[in-house]
This record gives sequence, structure tokens and C-alpha cells, in this order.
Amino acid sequence: MTNRRDFLKHGTLIAGAIAAEAALRKAHGLAPLAYDEPAAPVMDAATRDLMMDALNAAKMAGASYADVRIGRYLQNFVSTREQQITNVVDTDSIGAGIRALVNGTWGFAATRNMTKDAITEAAKKAVAVAKATRIGRATPIELAPAPAFKDVSWKSAYTIDPWKIPVEQKADLLMKANAAAMKAQNVKFVFSGLFFRKNERNYANTDGSVITQTIIQSWAPMQITAVAPDASDFQNRGNVSQPMGRGWEYILSQDLPGNALKWGEEASQKLKAKPVEVGRYDLVLDPAHLWLTIHESIGHPTELDRASGYEANYAGTSFLAPPEKVLGKLKYGPEWMNVQGDRSQEGGLATIGYDDEGVKPDDFLIVKNGMFNDYQTTREQANWLKWWYDSKGEPTRSHGCSYGDSWSSIQFQRMPNVSLLPGEKEQSFQDLIAATDRGIAITGEGSFSIDQQRYNAQFGGQVFHEIKGGKIVGMLKDVAYQIRTPEFWNSMDMIGGRQSYRMGGSFFDGKGQPPQINAVSHGSPPARFRNINVINTGRKA
Amino acid sequence: MRSPKRLIPIAAAEGDILSQEDSRGIIDRVIKMSTAEAISVSVTSGVTNNVRFAANNISTAGSVADINVAVTSSYGPKRATVVTNNTSDEALRATVKQSEALAKLAPDDPEAMPNLGPQPIKTVNATFPATETLDSSALAQAAMTALEPARKAGDLTAAGYLVVNTGTNAMGNNAKHFAYHKATNANYTLTVRTTDGTGSGWAGAEHPDWKQLDIAGVSSRAIDKARLSRNPVAIEPGRYTVILEPQAVGDLVQLIGFYADARSSDEGRSPFAKQGGGNKIGEKIMDSRISLIADPFDPMVLSQPWDGDGLPLGRQVFVDKGVLKELYYSRFWAKKMNKQPTGAPTSFIMTGGTTSLDDMIKSTPRGVLVTRLWYLREVDPRTILYTGLTRDGTFLIENGKISKAIKNFRFNDSPLFMLNNVEAMGRPVRLAGTEAGGAVVVPPIKVKDFNFTSLSDAV
Repeated sequence: MTNRRDFLKHGTLIAGAIAAEAALRKAHGLAPLAYDEPAAPVMDAATRDLMMDALNAAKMAGASYADVRIGRYLQNFVSTREQQITNVVDTDSIGAGIRALVNGTWGFAATRNMTKDAITEAAKKAVAVAKATRIGRATPIELAPAPAFKDVSWKSAYTIDPWKIPVEQKADLLMKANAAAMKAQNVKFVFSGLFFRKNERNYANTDGSVITQTIIQSWAPMQITAVAPDASDFQNRGNVSQPMGRGWEYILSQDLPGNALKWGEEASQKLKAKPVEVGRYDLVLDPAHLWLTIHESIGHPTELDRASGYEANYAGTSFLAPPEKVLGKLKYGPEWMNVQGDRSQEGGLATIGYDDEGVKPDDFLIVKNGMFNDYQTTREQANWLKWWYDSKGEPTRSHGCSYGDSWSSIQFQRMPNVSLLPGEKEQSFQDLIAATDRGIAITGEGSFSIDQQRYNAQFGGQVFHEIKGGKIVGMLKDVAYQIRTPEFWNSMDMIGGRQSYRMGGSFFDGKGQPPQINAVSHGSPPARFRNINVINTGRKA
Repeated sequence: MRSPKRLIPIAAAEGDILSQEDSRGIIDRVIKMSTAEAISVSVTSGVTNNVRFAANNISTAGSVADINVAVTSSYGPKRATVVTNNTSDEALRATVKQSEALAKLAPDDPEAMPNLGPQPIKTVNATFPATETLDSSALAQAAMTALEPARKAGDLTAAGYLVVNTGTNAMGNNAKHFAYHKATNANYTLTVRTTDGTGSGWAGAEHPDWKQLDIAGVSSRAIDKARLSRNPVAIEPGRYTVILEPQAVGDLVQLIGFYADARSSDEGRSPFAKQGGGNKIGEKIMDSRISLIADPFDPMVLSQPWDGDGLPLGRQVFVDKGVLKELYYSRFWAKKMNKQPTGAPTSFIMTGGTTSLDDMIKSTPRGVLVTRLWYLREVDPRTILYTGLTRDGTFLIENGKISKAIKNFRFNDSPLFMLNNVEAMGRPVRLAGTEAGGAVVVPPIKVKDFNFTSLSDAV
């Protein structure tokens, strides 16, 4: 697995981003930037003392286990349309969330008041909530063992903290991009924005872990709209750039001003594109599209809480259930198909040093040689699969998938980066198209919808090209494909190599009650799927 | 930009729920700190208690309190907003300073509107003590109405969510505008599945007043539906006469609100854009028995009677007897088009009829009964064409009776098409589980030619 992992740490999309930065800045008239390489965070003594106060109070009140998260959650966004700024917002939220296990029942309480009294009260409240709801548990919760990590720290892969970039510089970049897009024929509207998150997360638990981490995530959403001269049609080109667990240097590497005209022209061309004829086609899917299909049809069904009914009332369950009937038995795809769960890929949105219950995540194969091999887990869930890990001679441990989206949110199982690993043969998107006789090439994620067990899904896209005799012969519109998950992945017959591997991702993946947001990346090479049902979505009545 | 050092804030003096006086006090403090040309402040506070359960056990329970202060400073057409959850003087001063610094740097927004002056805002009484004082123990007891029968039955697993919230929202500015709204809300949703994996039933209820939630009724409805939906059979996708329960109607019809923006219509990129220019106000767009209304004072709604800009909201009729009467006009677009700004609604009401669900079933020779819809996603914004799936109770109706449980369908259809195909409507009810949330009141309806495009094996 070493090679694979080394490879993933150097995903080609981001390689060279930093090197390109100076040139891009120059090209777009931005001043040279002086910055220091950010260092790993250091926890301040007062935060540490408060966390210890919370843990002591929970233990004194009767908790067998407790953990505390004191976090600062910052967001910054600038949004624009055409040639104006529509919003500049900076948000800052600080508080503490305490989780206590009492007689095998969880209780949680959160406060924004960072005093010894307030955090002690919140810890006692967490214990009281657990005691008050004990009546509703027939079986006590047990946590899988996890080593303690004392006084460790971690930071994500950013080089330039977006909080150090003045707002006028951010606005200037977007205005240049918007202006470029508006140069395309029939383009009438552009929405664009920059969205940044910065989390300063501190964690401690009664096992002895004390952890501090800083995470930065960046995204440049942009949607370009072309309107037919007689107002009879309009077409959008959106999702032009993928979010990443990186900083300002990543935004610059996306070169919005340099690419926006091309995206605008794609919106314009869609007005004249041929409506797709319904039928079966071979689909050649670009990583910038395929990531969402992976997310929905592999990422979500392999969450162990879903498969065990814990999300039945909202996000749904999974066709991969019960575990004993599918682990090692269900054929997900061809024997060369491997899907990895990890929180280690550099720049991944779910990448982290330690999860929200202090576990150092490992890399694990969800699909191994085409067979369903493992679920995403937390400490509470790992024990449920002890029989499976025992049968393989592997330790029963959490894969480190615990996450709460704020200090005020109860942490639970969330998706790590889930990626389709590249094939042995070095081949590209173009190579796959050249090998296809009758098909559709799709770039960019579009409309998506999937049932609550992740069987039946329908996906649109951004840009569709018709393939005939190994060549692109024109653009199509109103394309969506419908799949049944196991058949779809088993229809995959070609896959790109390492050079073609890219990461896409979701900045706003929802799950849980109350709903929480998670950001997650999905890497993949381009891949080809045979004989897929395509519908035309351009109905008039 | 701001120093990242400030991790430990000072303890706040306020309680968890801000009264009108508390909120006004914070807003006045912030306005006094301002050196900008104009300032607008909004303050929210809230306490939420919740219990989640799944696999016949309570899985998590929590209690969370937070307060947020959002400060928007303006210099003519330049403005920026900074939000903090620390109400100490020191933190508020830093927040004001930061919003001023950002606003000065921000490029001009030519569409910026001046702060509103005082507005004639009425009060909606949406606070109910039974909700405000409810604790985790009472929520756990409520959960037992599902957990106990499910455990006892042996062939059922229950997963549900109970949440009660008390919240306040206030805004004020240097032009003497002030508004305050306090509300409670209680929500219970439940999914019961059969242990053989073939049946799933959903039910839910929501109201500002906990006492008006029929907790035991929700539990028994979901249990009954789970049993009834067992062993579904596949029937061919295609166009069917469909009876949609209120939850399913709301899932789809509520979407119309997201497209009802005058500006995007006038700009030619909305389903309400008229070919050749302008919008479709005045045109008949759906069945003449249907009106779409917003009304924060409706007893089933009790939502905030002012919008995010601080504009007062009264009863608004967007569709009157099938005719498009109104689209949403922002303050900027209204000024540009020489119209009155409408305010952004905080509720969604669809008028109904008097036909009971039972009578709709009895009058149907062959059709499909849908409990709710799931994963609705836009397919074509030009027609509000959405795709999504049925879920948690889909049944075949034959000769006026529910004859069997059927497999779930994927649909591709538009609420605009659907509301032109209505055969019957029942009494509107408040929904508990729309994907978009908010106060939504809609009836059950019977429609013809609803477009199911494929089958799903999902239960």
C-alpha cells in the first residue's frame, strides 16, 4: 500500500500549485505576497485548563468516559455577480462541547461561555442529559480501544492563510474572472464567490489525549448563465472549480480569470447543443464529474451507522446491510477496482491528523479487488465489526471517522475521503474517449439524486460531448443518466492511470439530526461505464 | 485581518435566551461603538434540546445554547458583515472594527440600499411555555412511545428525532429601525422499519406548542405504515394517478417559492420569465382552485413577521386562484422596476379543499399513494423540473382500496405541471419534515399523470 499512499499524497491536480502562484499573481496584476510558512498550532494554557476542568467535572458527576472540544470556527466569504460585490461576510464562533458516557449512554452539552464555572456546568449538564435519557437504552454503548495522544498538534496543507489576504484582493480576482466570462457570446449573468473555512480545534478526553489542530478549506464557486437572444432558453455552466483542504495558493492555482472565458463559451455553446436522444450509451466520466457519483454510490452506503439503521429517519439506510451478508461477499465492481477511505491525502477536505474522538485515522480499503471490504467507523461502531476484523486477523479499531461540524454539534460518524484508486495502465480521459465507439463524455458534476438505500441514482453534469468512432463530434444538452449502484460499478471497463487522478469534493455534505455539514474529497481517474441508461431532461410540459 | 490569538472570550452577562430588552441593549451598545456611515445589527439567541434514537435505542441526546451578533457596517455603497458569538464589550468592539475595516476595503456595491427607518411591525405570539420548559427527560419519555412498542413487537426497529427549541431574533440600526421575534418550536419525526428489511413507515408532527403534537399518534402511524408497506411488489414506471399525502405535496410544491424571484424572471432565467421579456405576473399558471399564500399570523404558522432586511410581513398572495399575482421583489429590484418591495416570506401556505384522504382513495380505480418524497434535486430550472424518489410508504390503489405495498419510484416532474393536473384536494396541515424546513402548510392532493420514470429497490 506504500506506493499507492505516496502517490495519493502527491495528487497531480495540486502539484505545482505553489510554483505557479508567483506567475499567476503577476499575470493578474496582483502584488507579490510575503508570507511565512505556517507552523503547527500550539495550544494555549488557558484552553488546556478549561478542557481539564470539563473532564474532571464530568468524571466527578459520574461519567465513565468524557471528551471535550473547544473550538474556534471561522468562515470568510466574498460573493459577487457580474461586476458588483453582493456580500462580504466574516463569521467567528467559539465554544465548548462536552460529551459524557454514563452507564453506557451518551449525553452532550455545549456552551459559548469560556469560564471555569460555565464549562463545569456544561460538563455536569452533559452527564445529567445522559442520565435523563438512560431509560431509552436497552444495550449500553462500548467504545473500541484507542491509544491516547498527549500534547500533539497538526495543521492542514495550506501555505497561505486566506485570512491574511485583504478583501479587495479577493474581490479583484473575482471581478477579473466575471469580466472574462461576460466576454463569451450570450453570457448575461455570472455569480462567483470565494468561501474559506478555518477551524482551530482543541480536543481532550479522559483516556489522556490532548490535541490541537488547525484546518483551512477553500472554494471558489462560480456559475455562468447564457440566455438565448429570444429568451426561449437559458443554460448554466457551474461547478467549475473543486473545493480543497488548502489555502489561498490553491485558489490562485485555479486561475479563474484565465479560464472563465472558456467556461462562459461552454454555457453559450449549450444553448446550441443538440438535445440528447434517450437510450443506452457508454459513458466516459471525468474525475471532476465522477467524484460525486463515488460520493453518493460508494461514500454514503459504506457508512456503518447508515447500514445499521442509525440514519433511517433522515439520510436513510444502505443496500450494504446487514454487514455479515455483504462484507467480503458483495462484488462492487471489476476485480481491479479498489476504493480507499482515508483522512491522509494531502489537500483532501476530510484530511485531518486526529478525529473528533482523538483517533489517528488509518487508510483502509472499502472495496478491495472488486469486493466490498470495509465500512467507515467510529470508536462506538468498530466493535460491531469485531467478528469481521477477527476473521481477517486484523485489530478492531476505529478508522477515525468521528466529526462534529461545530463546538456545539455532537460528533458522529462522517465520511472520510473516499477515492477510486487509479489503474495500472497509464491512460487519460482522451485515451478513454478514443477507445469508445458510441458514447457521451461528461465533465463537471450537475444535478444528482439517489434513494435512501443508495441503489437508484440519477446524475446530470455540466458539459456533455457526444462520442462517435472514438472522436468528440459535438456538444449535447439535457443529459442525465440513471443507474442502479451495483450494476453501474460492475459495468466499469476502463479506468485512467495515476497521471489522470484528480480530486473533487463537496463543501456541504449533509447528514444527521440536527443536520450537520461535512466537507469531503473524492479522488479518481477518469473511467468508462458500458451501456448506461440516458434520459433527456428538457421537458416542456 | 483579525489576529488568530483570541481564543478565550470573556464570560457573557446575558442568560441563554435574550429578551426584547436584552436584544435592544446589545444592539444599542454596538451602534454606539460604530464610526461607520451606517450600521445594522442582528442578534439571535437560542436553546435547543434534542434526543435521537435508532435501532430501538436512544443514540444521542444534547442541550446547546448559543448567541450570535452580526454587525454590518456601511460606507455609502461599501459594506461588510462580521458575525461573533461573544457578547463581551471587548469582542463586540473588535467585531465592529473588523466590519468597518472590511467595508472600507470592499468594492462598491451599486445595488446597496440604505438602512430602513422604523417599520410598522406587529408581534406574532409564537412562544409556548410547554415547549420552552421541556427537558431531556420529557423528550426521552416521548421517545419511549416508539421504542417500547417497537422493542415489544420484535419485528420492528424505530429511528426518530425529537427536538425542541426556543429562539429569539432581533435587528436594529442607526436609522432607528428595531424588530424582535421570539418563538418556540417542537418537532417529532419517526421512521419505523421492519426487521426483515422489506417495510418502512414515516410520520411526523411539528408546532410551536409542544402540547399540540400528538406524540403517540405519530408513533402509531409510523408503526402501522411500516407493517403495511412490507413485501412491496414492483409495478411498471409510467404516468399514474397519484394521491400525495401532505408531506409529499410540501416536498414538491414548496420548491416553487425558490423560483418566485421577480428579478430572475425579468432577466429571463426563471420559469416565470416570459418569452420575449418581462415576467408572467397576471398569467394563469396552475389549477384555479389553488392559491399560494404567505402569512406569519396564520395559527398553523406563527412565523417571524419581518424578513431579513427588516421589512414587515403580512398576508401575501403569490398565486390567487391559479393566477400568478406576485413575485418576490427585493428592495433594490423594486426600486429599479418602480414597484413596492414585497419582503421575503417566512411561511408557505397552499390552500386546499375538503376531500378526505379516504375519499380520494375510494374514488380511484387505479393509482399510487405516496407518503413522502426524498432527495429532490433540480433537473431543469426552466420548468422547475425535479427528480427525486418516493419513500417510507408507497402503495397501489385498485378499485378504491389500498391493494398492496409497491416498490419505490423515481419521478421526474415539476410542481407546476403537477398543479395543473389536480383532481382533488384535502385540508391543509402543518408539515414536520420538508427537506428545506420552515413553516409549511399544505393539503393532501390527488393528481393525474404524475411521471414515475424508474423503479428503486430501496426500502
